[in-house]
Amino acid sequence: MVTLCILVPFILLLILNLPFKFLNAQVAFWLSAALFLIQVLFVFIHSWLPWSNYPVALGQFFKFKLALDPLALIMLFTIGIVVFVSLLVAKGTITTEKRKFNFINLLLVSLIGMNATVLVADIFSLYVFVEITAVAVFVLMAIEKNRFAIEGTFKYLVLSMIASIFILTSLAFFILACGEISFAGIHNAFLANSNIILLNFAVGLFLCGLFIKCGVVPFHGWVPDAYSEAQSAVSVLLAGIVTKITGVYVLMRLFTSVFVLKETFGNVIMLIGVISIVFAALAAFKQNNIKRMLSYSSISQVGYIILAIGCGTPLAILGAILHFFNHAISKSLLFVNAAVLEKKFESTDMSIITGLGNQLPVTNTTWLVGLLSTAGIPPLSGFWSKLIIIIALFNAQRFAYGGIALLASVLTLAYFLFMERNVFFIKTEAAQEDKGGIPFSLKFCEVLLAAIIIGVGLGLPFILNSKILQLKGFLH
Amino acid sequence: MSPDTLELFRYFIIFIVLIFITGVYCILVSFNLIRVLIGLEILIKAVTLLIILAGYVCDRVALAQAIVLTLIVIEIVVMVVAGGVVFWAFKYNKTIDPRRLSNLRG
Amino acid sequence: MALDLILLFALLLSVIWTVMTVRLVHSVVGLALTSAILAVIIYRLNSPLAAVFELSVCSGLISVIFITTVSFTQRISKDRFLIRRRERLLRFLYLPFIIIVVGLLLVKYLKIPQFSLPLAAGVTNVRLVLWHMRHLDLLGQVIILIAGVFGVVIFFKEPNK
Repeated sequence: MVTLCILVPFILLLILNLPFKFLNAQVAFWLSAALFLIQVLFVFIHSWLPWSNYPVALGQFFKFKLALDPLALIMLFTIGIVVFVSLLVAKGTITTEKRKFNFINLLLVSLIGMNATVLVADIFSLYVFVEITAVAVFVLMAIEKNRFAIEGTFKYLVLSMIASIFILTSLAFFILACGEISFAGIHNAFLANSNIILLNFAVGLFLCGLFIKCGVVPFHGWVPDAYSEAQSAVSVLLAGIVTKITGVYVLMRLFTSVFVLKETFGNVIMLIGVISIVFAALAAFKQNNIKRMLSYSSISQVGYIILAIGCGTPLAILGAILHFFNHAISKSLLFVNAAVLEKKFESTDMSIITGLGNQLPVTNTTWLVGLLSTAGIPPLSGFWSKLIIIIALFNAQRFAYGGIALLASVLTLAYFLFMERNVFFIKTEAAQEDKGGIPFSLKFCEVLLAAIIIGVGLGLPFILNSKILQLKGFLH
Repeated sequence: MSPDTLELFRYFIIFIVLIFITGVYCILVSFNLIRVLIGLEILIKAVTLLIILAGYVCDRVALAQAIVLTLIVIEIVVMVVAGGVVFWAFKYNKTIDPRRLSNLRG
Repeated sequence: MALDLILLFALLLSVIWTVMTVRLVHSVVGLALTSAILAVIIYRLNSPLAAVFELSVCSGLISVIFITTVSFTQRISKDRFLIRRRERLLRFLYLPFIIIVVGLLLVKYLKIPQFSLPLAAGVTNVRLVLWHMRHLDLLGQVIILIAGVFGVVIFFKEPNK
């Protein structure tokens, strides 16, 4: 059953590339949209489906070692939503039919990569699918082939490969230390406490690679260029889900379930997290370009998630997962807004785009929702996740970290309001070239994501005790 | 582990570290995007050797080879995509000097 | 063991030559040579399948890819070439020194901590491991090749104007 998450997009990919005349971008769009919605629904109904053991013949042929647990379900849900939104943004912003078709195919490849990343049970397969997602994103980033995109792609490529080198070196040391690369094998090796120096060294190397992939300070060099110069739909994909799955989810999975570590690693992770939060929040102030500002804000929010993972208590991990989901949704919303602005005015420079409050009412409202959620204002969803993280930090006696996280929330609010004021309220004399109306698909995405944020924000206190806190049970 | 194997292992590690240093030096100091890719290739080769060595020492030769085969396929695809990116970078900037590719700031 | 050391030394020399040589095409040839020496070393480490793959793919295919990319980029004029060569040599002069110094330090001081080896593996045939136990990696290879094909189409196919 779980294998279908990987096989169905793969079969769709093969079908879409058969040499038939009618398989053009339109058909590809509707089929993929259906697939992504099915993935989102699958998360809710997977335990009710009648056939949880697929036919024996299929099982003999595709013996994938996959595992599905609640964390993977949340990730699949998030992936489904963000990829669906990215598809709609692509429909609205990419002009050529051929490019749309290529985009949809590569989007399917990245979906396969991300789905498999959250379902695998050993480190090397994890690496293979992270790399597949990365390659799909390299090509997607350069799909419009403008000069800045090419530069951003090259930086991302080199840094991503360097991170991969770190991860592979660490893999070699895992083989040396325990001869196994599956999660269960490495977990047993940690519990048996043999070759612990080698294991810790391997974990340290792995951590360096993961920090580069997450895009946290001081390895964040590629993030602003990659997020801001890619094509709008790819920015939504990259900022919304790819960086998080290939970096933060891997960190979360390995450091909570597989590795059994001493305090030092947790402290290092928390330190890097808090440095990211503060540094990126400060850097976001001096940006003129909307997308660059959003990318620094992303680095800052990922810092929150990493801070919570480093803390390590069950409540903190819960806060991390919740913040992961909330940030994926709200950052995607903000990037969709940036896509709308870019489509309307052909520019993302804040000195040029001003005074839009009347012209773009939907964008204005949803922008407010997105920024308030990111800054952590009740009753939106971002508030709950930040609250849980800060409470978890105080519970674990980390008052300094909790205090900094709280203050950084205020900073976040400040730079976002600053931007909101500039773009939507003040009108300057700078020339604005209006390119006409906004496609319906972009408006639909904005409203959908804003509805999710508001819905989760309002509904969370009701399901907090029944559903959310149950999740703590499966993580030790 | 026999002292002979340990000694061999030690020499292998030393040479692998030296190859890593060469690769990193190449990436840091080169003024040509293609040399950056060559440096990356050198790093990947060092990692390949390290994985095979780990497999040899631990009697996991089969696992190490399976890993290396997949790794080589991934390496080709990444290099092809990187070649494409360098091709377009050259088309736009008429140079593949990374010092001149500072269009993006901040 | 002496043969292994000689091969490793040759590998290191070929890598340094690849990095320090002035002409780009020589660098790519050096990369192919490095792959060949690496393939021999891997063969001596009881991994024949990986050695064959490394030799055929990395020595052959990647060199072709690199030479294709190099051929698309510009030739610089002769006098700029000479200026470039001199400043390049200065920049890269530090590399052999660093390598020799670090190498000597490591030989003298690097002590590998004694570690216990894991138990013997169950399956020792590569083909069995690959085709029966690592299906997910095989699927991953197919998918990444598809992504690579898309990459080639997007980057290298000129649009018909």
